[in-house]
This record gives sequence, C-alpha cells and structure tokens, in this order.
Amino acid sequence: MTTALSPRLTSATAGRVLRQLRHDHRTVAMLLVLPSALLGLLYLLWADVPTPPGQPGTFDRVGLTMLGVFPFVVMFLVTSIAMLRERTSGTLERLLTTPLSRLDLLLGYGTAFGLAAALQALVTVTVATTAYDLDVAGPLALVVLIAVVDAVLGVALGLLASAFARSEFQAVQFMPVVVLPQFFLCGLLVPRDQLAGWLQAVSDVLPLTYAVEALQEVGASSEATGTMWVDVGVVAGAALLALGLAAATLRRRTS
Amino acid sequence: MDAAVAVSDLVVHRGARRVLHQVSCSVPPGRVTGLLGPSGSGKSTLLRAVVGVQRVHSGTVTVLGRPAGAAELRARVGYVTQSPSVYPDLTVRENARYFAALAGRDAAAADAALTDVGLGAAAGQLVGGLSGGQRGRASLACALVARPELLVLDEPTVGLDPLLRVELWAHFHALAAAGTTLVVSSHVMDEAGRCDQLLLLRDGRLLSDSTPAQLRARTGTDDLEEAFLSPVRAEGVAA
Repeated sequence: MTTALSPRLTSATAGRVLRQLRHDHRTVAMLLVLPSALLGLLYLLWADVPTPPGQPGTFDRVGLTMLGVFPFVVMFLVTSIAMLRERTSGTLERLLTTPLSRLDLLLGYGTAFGLAAALQALVTVTVATTAYDLDVAGPLALVVLIAVVDAVLGVALGLLASAFARSEFQAVQFMPVVVLPQFFLCGLLVPRDQLAGWLQAVSDVLPLTYAVEALQEVGASSEATGTMWVDVGVVAGAALLALGLAAATLRRRTS
Repeated sequence: MDAAVAVSDLVVHRGARRVLHQVSCSVPPGRVTGLLGPSGSGKSTLLRAVVGVQRVHSGTVTVLGRPAGAAELRARVGYVTQSPSVYPDLTVRENARYFAALAGRDAAAADAALTDVGLGAAAGQLVGGLSGGQRGRASLACALVARPELLVLDEPTVGLDPLLRVELWAHFHALAAAGTTLVVSSHVMDEAGRCDQLLLLRDGRLLSDSTPAQLRARTGTDDLEEAFLSPVRAEGVAA
C-alpha cells in the first residue's frame, strides 16, 4: 500500500463496498426506511402538544436536527463494523499487499457510504416535508447536502474508531462514546448559549455541533447563509482530519 | 540467476516469543518452492515477512531485488492467506473483478482466473454460500488474476479433494514454466514431491534447503515424509 491516491482504485473500492451493500437487502431496506419511520414517531410525539405563538414547532426544530443525526449515527456504526470485518477476515491484510493505497481504501468507503447516505437523505427529507409537514425555509437540496457531509463524518470517525476495536462488541460500544456526547452538546437538548462555559467550549470542538447549526440555518433562512457554508466546511474538514488519522492507524506491518 | 526471494538471518518475535530464529534461505526464480513443516513451525510468519506485512525484529528479506514490502513490489507479488480472504457477501465473480481492478486487469482476466481454479460455473454464487474448498479457490483466483511475478500461497490446497489438488499443482507448474516464481506452504508431506525446491521449517528454524532428490539422497529414503522426519529426529538427538 502506498500513500499516492488513485481515483481508479478509489472508485473500484467504492463500487465493491456498494456491491456488498446491494447483496444485503435487509440492510438497504433499513437504511432507507428506518430514519423516516423514527422521524414519524417524533412527529406523532409532538403532534398534539400546543406550540407557543411566534415560535417554531418543537418537531420542526428536533426533526430537522435529526436529519443530520441519523446519517451520522447510522454510517458510523455501519462503517466501523465493515472495517472491523476487513481486519478480522484477512481481506485488509490482503489489500495491504496490493497497489491500493490506504487513503484509496478509506476514501472508497467514504464515497460508497456517502452515496448511500445521499439516497437515505433524499427519502427521509421527502417523507419529512410531505408526510410530516416539516417546515424548512431553505432549499431542501442543502438539507440533503448537509446530511451527506454528516454521513461522511460518521464514516470517517467509524473508520478511525474501528482501529481501536478488537471485536464487534467493542466496536458497537464506540457508538455511544463517539455519538452521544456530541448529541448532548450539539444545542438540541439545551441551547448552546445556555450551556456552562466549559461545556460550550467542548461543544465548540465537536463537529456535530456545526452540522446541527448548519441545519438550523437552512431551516430558518430561505437562502444559504455564510454561517451555513462555514459550518459545512468545518464538518467536512473534521471528516478529512478523521480520515487522515484513520489512515495513520492502518499499519501495514503487524506482529 | 538471482534469487527471487533472499532471506538473511531473519528473526521475528511475536510478543515475548521468538517465532523465527535467524532463518536464511533463498527461492529460485521460475520454480515452485515448497515451504514445509508442522503447524506452528513459523511457515505463515515467514510468508508474511516475504510479502511485507510482518513486523521483523532483525535480518533482511529481499524480494525481486527490492526490500520486502516496497511499494513497487505490490503489483508484482501476489499473496493468498491461509484462511480465504475474500468477501463472503460478494459473488465469486465480483470478488475476482475487484482484485482484478486493483491490479489494473480487466473483467476478462477475472473470468480467466476463475476458470483456472475451476470456479467458472460458480462465478455467480455468493462466496459466503460456497464450501470451504471453493472459498479457498476463490481466494486463490483473486491472486492469480493479477498475474504476479511472485506468487506466495499459504496452504492453498488444504481441504481440496485429490483431483482438484492434482489440477492445481499442474496449474502451479504451468505458471512456473511461464516464468512465475511460486512459494507454496504445506504441512502435508506428500505435496513435497511436487515441488522443485524444498524448505523445511520446524520450531522457527530452517532444517533443510534442498531439492526433493537431494533430500531423498541425503536421508537415504524415497519417502519424503520419512525424509522430513529424519532431520527432525537428527536434531532431536543432537539437542
């Protein structure tokens, strides 16, 4: 494995990962349907709760945030297990003896699951805005874009986390470790300006915070705002950083 | 002619345990070299060092004139691990085509490799649904498809029926005749006679580096199983 990137090998790997996904019908069905179903549950949860006049409905706020959280969580889990399988089945060791570079492999995963996330986001956004009357002021395409960048962040962190897991049991438990603190501090449960100073500082360095802020911007403004683009850039940057770190943890020689 | 693989004073530790003790040997090009020894003798470790995925303590491994694991070797060396390393959730053909793409080969090369290992008829099946022997052959096809100059095979014939084993060995020799260097490990002594060159490994030490004929002559027996046991016993007496 070299460090030089090859678009041809990256796309061959992305194609391979998507083919693996395609053979797993149940996973595909769950990827596409589950976020919409869960969002429906949230919709029903607040359906009969009155909203104070002049404020956005709770479901509009929470539902929009969840459009960013779902792809992040799902892709984190799927990727960390997929990469752990590569490690335990010997295919990773084999790939390390081929011309495929470490970054090709990781970007291949990022591309494949990013595409899957785009499809997932299209379905979820469509269902949310039609069946559940989710109110989004900005273009829905931006919601899908943010969901995809979020998914790629989940993929990158999942690839990184899998390096520290020796078994599936460990890998699954990295999910709450990586996801829940980011979810607690992203501003959904308690607005960020009401957090204690040090918690705000922690929140400032967690990438999901920026993904949620980006979604809130799209939810409130009819056009893309500068803040939103900065947020998207921060999430994408965090994803690239995590991919780089994941590449560094892929050791060619092991004992 | 220069050796395809030259191993010199190779020492490998796994944890606190030393699994290879100053092993030195060479592999002639365009031949089938057998690496034989009981389970746990260090065969897989030596092969991993040759393909450059084994962390080594000391010593050198030179492959096709370059340090083992060098980036430019990766298109020239094929490796098949002991347990089949293919994707169970892909079909046989999809596996072969992925590894073909990594080696810069086309779909036709993938199909040809599947025919070579006798999996042409099973190409559309998921690897996860195959028998153990078929999975091993799918894994082999994924290395053959790259048409490497050096092919490193860790116990490729385990679990195969006799007819298939004969066919695969014939294929190995055909590859060697066309210029490919093969290193094939096995713990089955009756496969030793099919090799051009034999490396005998036991407890991480190289017992013998010779042709089957030389080994037979030196140990005074026609039976290679017996011939292998004889240096082992000699070592036991010496120790």
